[in-house]
Amino acid sequence: MTSLSNTLRTETPLAAGNVTELIDGDVHNVIPDTHALFPYLSDHWREHITNTLFKGVPETSYPRWAPTTERPGSELPNWRQAGSDLSVVTRDVLDADGLSYAVLCCTYAIDSLHNPDAAIAMARAVNDWQISEWLDKDERLRATIVVPTQLPAEAAREIDRVGDHPGFVQVGMPVRSAVPYGSRLHAPLWEAISRKRLVGAIHFGGAPGTPPTPSGWPSYYLEEHVGMAQVFQTQVVSLVTEGIFDLHPDLRVVLLEAGVTWMGPFLWRFDKEWRNLRRLVPWVKRAPSAYVRDHIRLTIQPVDAPPSDIQLRQAIEQIGSDEMLVYSSDYPHRHASEPSRLLSVVTEAHAARIRSANARALWKLT
Amino acid sequence: MVATRHRPPQTEFEASPSTAPLAFGASRSAASTRPALIDCDLHNELHGDVLALVPYLSDRWKRHLETFGVRSPAGGFFPRFMDHREDARPPSGRRAGSEVAFTRSQYLDPFRVAYGILIPLSPAASQQNHEFGAALATACNDWQVAEWLDPEPRLRASIVVPIEAPDLAVAEIRRRAGDPRFVQVQFTGRPQEPMGRRKYWPIYEACQEYGLKVISHAFGSYGQPITGAGWPSFYLEDHVGPAQAMQANIISLVTEGVFDRFPDLKVISVENGAGWLPSLMWRLDASWSLLREEVPHLQMAPSEYVRRHIWATSQPMEEPHQPHQFGEFIEHLGSLADHILFASDYPHWDADQPDEAFPVRLAPDLEHKIYYGNAAALYGLGETK
Repeated sequence: MTSLSNTLRTETPLAAGNVTELIDGDVHNVIPDTHALFPYLSDHWREHITNTLFKGVPETSYPRWAPTTERPGSELPNWRQAGSDLSVVTRDVLDADGLSYAVLCCTYAIDSLHNPDAAIAMARAVNDWQISEWLDKDERLRATIVVPTQLPAEAAREIDRVGDHPGFVQVGMPVRSAVPYGSRLHAPLWEAISRKRLVGAIHFGGAPGTPPTPSGWPSYYLEEHVGMAQVFQTQVVSLVTEGIFDLHPDLRVVLLEAGVTWMGPFLWRFDKEWRNLRRLVPWVKRAPSAYVRDHIRLTIQPVDAPPSDIQLRQAIEQIGSDEMLVYSSDYPHRHASEPSRLLSVVTEAHAARIRSANARALWKLT
Repeated sequence: MVATRHRPPQTEFEASPSTAPLAFGASRSAASTRPALIDCDLHNELHGDVLALVPYLSDRWKRHLETFGVRSPAGGFFPRFMDHREDARPPSGRRAGSEVAFTRSQYLDPFRVAYGILIPLSPAASQQNHEFGAALATACNDWQVAEWLDPEPRLRASIVVPIEAPDLAVAEIRRRAGDPRFVQVQFTGRPQEPMGRRKYWPIYEACQEYGLKVISHAFGSYGQPITGAGWPSFYLEDHVGPAQAMQANIISLVTEGVFDRFPDLKVISVENGAGWLPSLMWRLDASWSLLREEVPHLQMAPSEYVRRHIWATSQPMEEPHQPHQFGEFIEHLGSLADHILFASDYPHWDADQPDEAFPVRLAPDLEHKIYYGNAAALYGLGETK
């Protein structure tokens, strides 16, 4: 595969300092199969998985063979899933791109498990697997705590259990949820994230059992792939409107794999609605765009870029902050354009922020 | 041409004066100095909710209404801070927008509305009892003819149909198709299934046959949450939500191949904003470039279907953080700027005064297109009188 940092080294004149540093904010570590979790599960759950129809979670957010799920070059032999082999991730992402850090995001669909005991047990196993098989093996890795988001109090217990591990920097929340994340039902989840000084990581996908659109279930994966951006918009509206950032003034949230170019025009509309209706939510003291710029970050893959570089630059500038974008490869997922395209249309100073400074500030990497 | 225009000089987009919004009827400029306009979202309101329709219902459905009332999937109501614009309430004290004479004297005349497209917000499309929904739809359309279209020749109307019962919807479309004052068929903001799904194809087939447009007006549902992540808590969220809901419908219409099947179909997004259109087209094309194998029936890039088949009304118009960004938005729309239609949303609380509907002063040719030319071309209405 083409190394991004090599590309940039040849194409972009370098300024002084550590402008070449690259931090990848969205790399997916994939559980190869349910049996990989057996060392981290009790006898009860091992027996349950072996003897019943429960075989782990469904992976509908990333259909196994869809062209978007595994980029060319990421495939593993023997039908193993891309992203499930640390040595390959090390070679093709960490080393090839010369990363100082990669933030792993495991999207194992704990939210799809209606049995609360199964959800709790599987989440614990996933996190213990991440510690033993990823975090303990490469100090450049950081990871995402997988929690049963549908059970916010239990999610909080899991965050308290593993949240002090220095490798965990954020808590994963699939963007599709049965109830928006700002709802008071989710209060324990945000309190735990805030208590442990972690980042709320809202990521593409989710399997809550409720439809992904306000008009019910669509027919095609393409529709869900495109429409996920609107669900991200919903979650941003919910977090700001419910006053999550007023309750937790130091809270940071990152939107992973959300797209980028929708953000500016979305904020224009959200600000306008707040101006008209703020008397109904008096705790929201500032325009929503001010909360978003202070508290919310976006990884840059995918970008959803227009064909024109000028229009892409305009769309990035419409967001109104150079502190919000964080470089990501989204390995092993595949997108229509490379992250280097976005980096090439912004100023050098902005590109440097995207490559590392914004990530360092977000995840407090030192 | 807007489509090929380079970024306009700053002076072409002058920020609006920062004055307080005007009451309807208390306008800054005299009617005689205004150019004529076409309003693509004008509400004829049912006074006393559905009671306005009682004279138009059969005895069987009158009894049903008296005994059981209207029954839509419940639980989706977000109380807001006011009903319609208080300054648009007729002297009779009835609901704002419920009397054609007052709409005429307060809005159509002073703002030189050459044509107003009526969009009644009735409970017909969301009835759990589809037969009752069909009866309400027929009654609502009869009411529109008798109390709005007949008294006021500048008005055109949307056909109310029970969309979740397409056979009954098609019957109502056929009933109205001979009246050229009915120009389109009305969907709620959130149908029970995404708008492109096979269930609704008979409606689109009838619309294409009779040259009727399809609109999806913000709000209204068949009990589904306003978001793809469940029910939010506050009216503010409910009021941002239609932008996301309509995007899902457009994604569905394009992806299902509705516009290949019905190549003359034109769909208008009403009261959902338009700022999201450029990014939606870019994202559709990006995802399709990788996933096209799933939708081999599509004959061209998704954005091309949007450009050919989707229109959007202005209100509520996004207000960019910097005035020059409105010019960028128009450029990013490209040819789709010819599909932006002025709409007031009169007499709702968030209605746009026609003089102040945009955050910047539009260039004259763009202003004429948005306020008149685009709608005249779409609906086949006459040029400015």
